[in-house]
Amino acid sequence: MNRRALFGAAAALPFLPRSSFAQQATITGAGASFPRPLYDRWGASAREAAGVTLNYQSIGSGGGINQITSRTVDFGASDAPLAADQLRERSLMQFPTVMGSVVLSVNLPGLADNALRLTPETIVEIFLGRITRWNDPKLVELNRDIRLPNLPVSVGYRADGSGTTWVWTTYLSRISEEWRNGPGAGTSVRWPVGNGARGNEGVSNIIRNTPGAIGYVENAYAVVNRMVTTQIRNKAGNFIRPEPAAFNATAAAADWSVPNFAADTIDLAGGDVWPITSPTYILLPTNPVADRVEGSRNTMRFFDWAFRNGSDAARRLEYIPLPEAAHNAIRAAWAQSVKDPSGAAIWTPSAG
Amino acid sequence: MPSRPNWRGTVSTSLSSAPVMGERRRVGETGDLVFAGLCRGAGGFVLLLLGAIIVTLFIGGLPAFRAFGVEFIWGLNWDPVEGREEFGAGVAILGTLVSSILAIIFAVPVAFGIAVFLTELAPPWLRRPIGTAIELLAAIPSIIYGMWGLFVVVPFIQYNIQLAFGEELAALPLVGFLFQSNNFAGTSLFAASLVLGIMILPFIAATMRDVFSQVPPVYKESAYGLGATRWEVMRGVVIPYTRISVAGGIMLGLGRALGETMAVTFVIGNANRIATSLFDPTNTIASVIAMEFPESLSGSLQQSALLAIGFLLFVISFLVLATSRWLLRPRLK
Repeated sequence: MNRRALFGAAAALPFLPRSSFAQQATITGAGASFPRPLYDRWGASAREAAGVTLNYQSIGSGGGINQITSRTVDFGASDAPLAADQLRERSLMQFPTVMGSVVLSVNLPGLADNALRLTPETIVEIFLGRITRWNDPKLVELNRDIRLPNLPVSVGYRADGSGTTWVWTTYLSRISEEWRNGPGAGTSVRWPVGNGARGNEGVSNIIRNTPGAIGYVENAYAVVNRMVTTQIRNKAGNFIRPEPAAFNATAAAADWSVPNFAADTIDLAGGDVWPITSPTYILLPTNPVADRVEGSRNTMRFFDWAFRNGSDAARRLEYIPLPEAAHNAIRAAWAQSVKDPSGAAIWTPSAG
Repeated sequence: MPSRPNWRGTVSTSLSSAPVMGERRRVGETGDLVFAGLCRGAGGFVLLLLGAIIVTLFIGGLPAFRAFGVEFIWGLNWDPVEGREEFGAGVAILGTLVSSILAIIFAVPVAFGIAVFLTELAPPWLRRPIGTAIELLAAIPSIIYGMWGLFVVVPFIQYNIQLAFGEELAALPLVGFLFQSNNFAGTSLFAASLVLGIMILPFIAATMRDVFSQVPPVYKESAYGLGATRWEVMRGVVIPYTRISVAGGIMLGLGRALGETMAVTFVIGNANRIATSLFDPTNTIASVIAMEFPESLSGSLQQSALLAIGFLLFVISFLVLATSRWLLRPRLK
């Protein structure tokens, strides 16, 4: 009797602190590392404002997909969208939260930020290892006002599987048939030339240490670390600087009405769009089990709050908020596809 | 304890044949039994664990072995792009072996020098501090070596070797191709081998020092008495007397170099291409796994291929140890 009472108290112990925060819900998510700074910021603000505490583990997109497939978290996060059949077999729905851009950074002595102009053709030739010197006539032709040095071109890339690589190689595949049939697009590919390093910081380290280096990094990382970036010619034929106006133009130009929000934002046709921009996605089970229903509802509450109040925070962290129309389409998709075991919609607009 | 039974012997007979010992003896017997059981359990547990790891890796890698057959072992393509996956471990295996062997080549002479200095030349008051410093080198976490390699060794190779006299090296007859590279980022096979060499140095040096100091002084003194110089004593007495243990120390270092992950990943350049030059980037099994495992989808062919190369690394380490044993066998007599 005595012992049993003791056990009872011990078992109740973990629940005691919770009861005092009854209104505070915790949601867990795992996945892409690219949006982590933003989700952390949103999570910190939403604790007070929306009563939701976010526990986000940035274990990488692949890990996020694995975790949400085995239903060990409330939501997964992936930089690359899943295909329709992948979503169906895992019983998941996906929606974008914000967009990010990938930029090229170079290390050439004395080069000003955003001064170097590159075309899709020259970029592909550099990454295929065909342009090997910076004073190559094709580069000189594009940059009459810069004295390009006779330095070897050193390509840097992400060696760890990453959404950034997926976005970058998707862009290269889009602009070059040879790249599409050669290395192709993926979270890691068979690079014809160059050096691999881990993470944005690894690539930026290659660029910083190697005169003549060029590599792709997240725009947010490049801005924070004041890296020298380049202009790139977009589909419309204009040289674009990687700046917020160009990114917002891309977000506005994208078509968000496509199935599963897998909007194509790479190499869009608009006159002032930055060609290498991509949304990052959240994966949510469409049929959460009974004890995950609350987590699913709170996840949608959290992102609904973030869509309404978090755009400024996103901009400050160099992310690109989605247009209002996309937010509304996402809310409609929640109501339509996420159902509890009884078949009722978990999200209703009033619940937010 | 003269009447102590062989622990493998039947305990029950010893119990019944020695009733005089009474309660106290029986307690001791029970303790022995428990102790022997625990030790056997611990020994068996290691075997079981090792077996389980091998089996798990093999089963995980089976889809890749099925898909690519034996060619998986020497195939040079590593293409994780969805829809046209093709995996071959050739480059990673070659990179692992070459970087480890180069590391041994860098480390052994230095380790030998340290060991000789500590056992034969150093004044006694200097032996302890240097010995401790060597042991501390072994205690540095490998990620620290990786960072040091990336921020110190790599730029050093870039500016002070490759840019300073890389072209002269490449122009050397016969061996010039070893230095002929279009890679100027500094992260290379050479950087990886150098960092690995420094990492395994303390293991080899400590083993060598220990075995050199175990050579009976009378042997050495006899040799000195015959008029041998220090070098002749080392070559004619100390090394022949200790070569088995020295080889053991080198193998220990090689084993560590084969599986080293973080430090190598930082400095090897992570390119799935065979390094034809010391300054080319390449890959090792451990660094491929570290880089690609987190993003591989569970159940995908990529993950299976990663588990399969993990299994191959296991086999290589086993082969290295087995070969060393086999090589040393005749001398063990």
